[in-house]
Amino acid sequence: MSSLSASRRPHPALRWVHKQLFPNLLQSILTLATLGLLLWSVPKVLDWLIFSATFVGSSKADCVGGGACWLPVVNRIDLFVYGFYPDTETWRVNLAFVLAGAIIPLLYFKRIDRRWVLGYMMLLPFVMWWLLKGGLGLSSVSSTQFAGILVTVFLGVIGMLFALPMGILLALGRRSKKPAIKLLCVLYIELVRSVPVITLLFMASLMVQLFLPEGVTIDILARVLIVLVMFTAAYMAETIRGGLQGMAKGQYEAAKALGFSYWKTMSVIILPQVLRNTIPPLLTQFIGLFKETTLVVVVGVLDVVGIAMSTTSAPEWIGLEHEVYLFLAMFFFVICFALSRYARHLEKQLEKSR
Amino acid sequence: MRKHNKMMLVACVLTGAMSSFSAQAATTEGSVLAAVQSRDMLRCGVSSDKAGFSYVNDDGQWSGMDVDLCRGVAAAVLGDAQKVEFVVTTAKNRFTALASGEIDVLSRATTWTASRDANLGADFTTPWFYDGQGVMTHADFGVSSIEELDGAVFCLSPGTTSEQNLEDYFSRRGLSYRTVVIEKSTELYNAFQHGRCDAITNDMSGLASRRTQFEDPQAFTLLPETISKEPLGAYVPQGDARWRDIVTWTAFALMTAEELGVTSDNAEQMKAKTDNANIARLLGTDGRIGERFGLSNDWAYQAISQVGNYEEIFNRNVGPNTPLRFERGLNRLWNDQGLLYPAPIR
Repeated sequence: MSSLSASRRPHPALRWVHKQLFPNLLQSILTLATLGLLLWSVPKVLDWLIFSATFVGSSKADCVGGGACWLPVVNRIDLFVYGFYPDTETWRVNLAFVLAGAIIPLLYFKRIDRRWVLGYMMLLPFVMWWLLKGGLGLSSVSSTQFAGILVTVFLGVIGMLFALPMGILLALGRRSKKPAIKLLCVLYIELVRSVPVITLLFMASLMVQLFLPEGVTIDILARVLIVLVMFTAAYMAETIRGGLQGMAKGQYEAAKALGFSYWKTMSVIILPQVLRNTIPPLLTQFIGLFKETTLVVVVGVLDVVGIAMSTTSAPEWIGLEHEVYLFLAMFFFVICFALSRYARHLEKQLEKSR
Repeated sequence: MRKHNKMMLVACVLTGAMSSFSAQAATTEGSVLAAVQSRDMLRCGVSSDKAGFSYVNDDGQWSGMDVDLCRGVAAAVLGDAQKVEFVVTTAKNRFTALASGEIDVLSRATTWTASRDANLGADFTTPWFYDGQGVMTHADFGVSSIEELDGAVFCLSPGTTSEQNLEDYFSRRGLSYRTVVIEKSTELYNAFQHGRCDAITNDMSGLASRRTQFEDPQAFTLLPETISKEPLGAYVPQGDARWRDIVTWTAFALMTAEELGVTSDNAEQMKAKTDNANIARLLGTDGRIGERFGLSNDWAYQAISQVGNYEEIFNRNVGPNTPLRFERGLNRLWNDQGLLYPAPIR
């Protein structure tokens, strides 16, 4: 008897389908309608994106498949990635990309001493700056040659890493017991946080030049980088302050009992823990900064969006906005989604280790 | 104390690493030329996305009408059309960039107007391209002039200056027209493309680049007349008459080359031997015009042989064989019923 009833009971998967997709008439209709919509649209989208799309050719006339015309992206991929960087020097860009990318696995391994990781992160922006801009044995490359993904990564990674020490100092300053330092830090953080970044960028692009003595100009790339660093540091300070406040009071007291000075307490006991805990939110912040770098296009820095806009106005590719902007969307999605999943993963790991 | 030192250190390192200063002399007579020559590089402000005027081609090279003017100036001043750094400027920051010395020339499809010339720390050189509000219509009408469009239906976006200009133009001539008013520009052009109206009006260069996106661009003609004035050309920093002369006369030299039939192909040949005194003066084999500008005497020869004359530049970037298919229209030479009137080089 019991075996009979067991065999009548539907398979768990079927039960899930019944419960989740067809619990009543309305839900069933919605399920079927959605399914129909997907069956109808997905093949069409895939067909347009891939199967009928053109990947090889030299001009718009080669796009006869009826699908997407990826030629402006395929034929210009060097421009999209390296901008106007001299052909013989692109190894420097590649190396810089690899060095920047190396942070991600470094954050993963818990075995590696955090101080090494932190040291690497502190050193990296200077190394990247030197690699990309030149000097000290490398031929120098003008900022006007910087464009495309190179600019996006340059501003995103260097901006983030320069902002990190500044953010830490601001966070410590905000919790300082000395009123002058505290006031300055609070003023700075609140001021920068309450102004849209685009306003600051316009200031960097329009006003800084007018304040400088005549004949002195600061490189536009440096100007927007400073703005992004200032902006990110203010937000980062708040993230780190959250981490500082989350620290158990016993940690401070134990340090004091051992006779540690303020800086020693911070650098040996508090900050390593805080930074470990704040890596996931900082990574999320990096995603924000990475996307924010696209704003520099309004002050005339050709980031990857600028190159896309220039591409769609080249006479041979006019009218292919869909493909070019879709490529942009995919570029940002792939990087940002991967990073956000990674941040989530690190967060889970952190919870486990607690 | 230690805290302060550390903070100072961080601040110094940050600013030191991020700012690269480059000194440039203030704009007084002759200073821009001196700066360009000592830098051995011209800094030219352009737009990054104006089809046919300045954009980046597939080889990663800047190209377009505005870009070629800069290359011409670089060739004339430095002897090499490649010695240009193109600085991307936006509509907002272009005049600041010029006034602050970030760029030596602003060649960015910028209209010559009184208020700009008066206010912005910038001087206009000479018109390089006469744009203006134009009219596009269906090719199968066989119309060749706006005046033949009496009674036509125009697609318009509401409340724009182009609507006003059209009204002025038609009422002055006692002609009539009807309108279909559509707010969004994409829909506006779609309506026109699918025959809801007979004609559409906008800036010539805008109409031409829109047309390339139509399903069948060949089915539409741009009429040659313009009904508003948009003289586009290069600006230079205010206060340096010498530099302004150089940019102005480089543009004139390229136009004069077309007038005299000197092209990038035959320039070398003509420089070696010509019976025409005008050509000899232009190419620097006769007289010392270049020296008086502070350049070498073959300044115009360098520009023409490396960039081409005005006709070559026009045809290469926006002419009938490009997707933009501009007619010369107002941009013909003065002796061909156009407005290009390069002052004599003698």
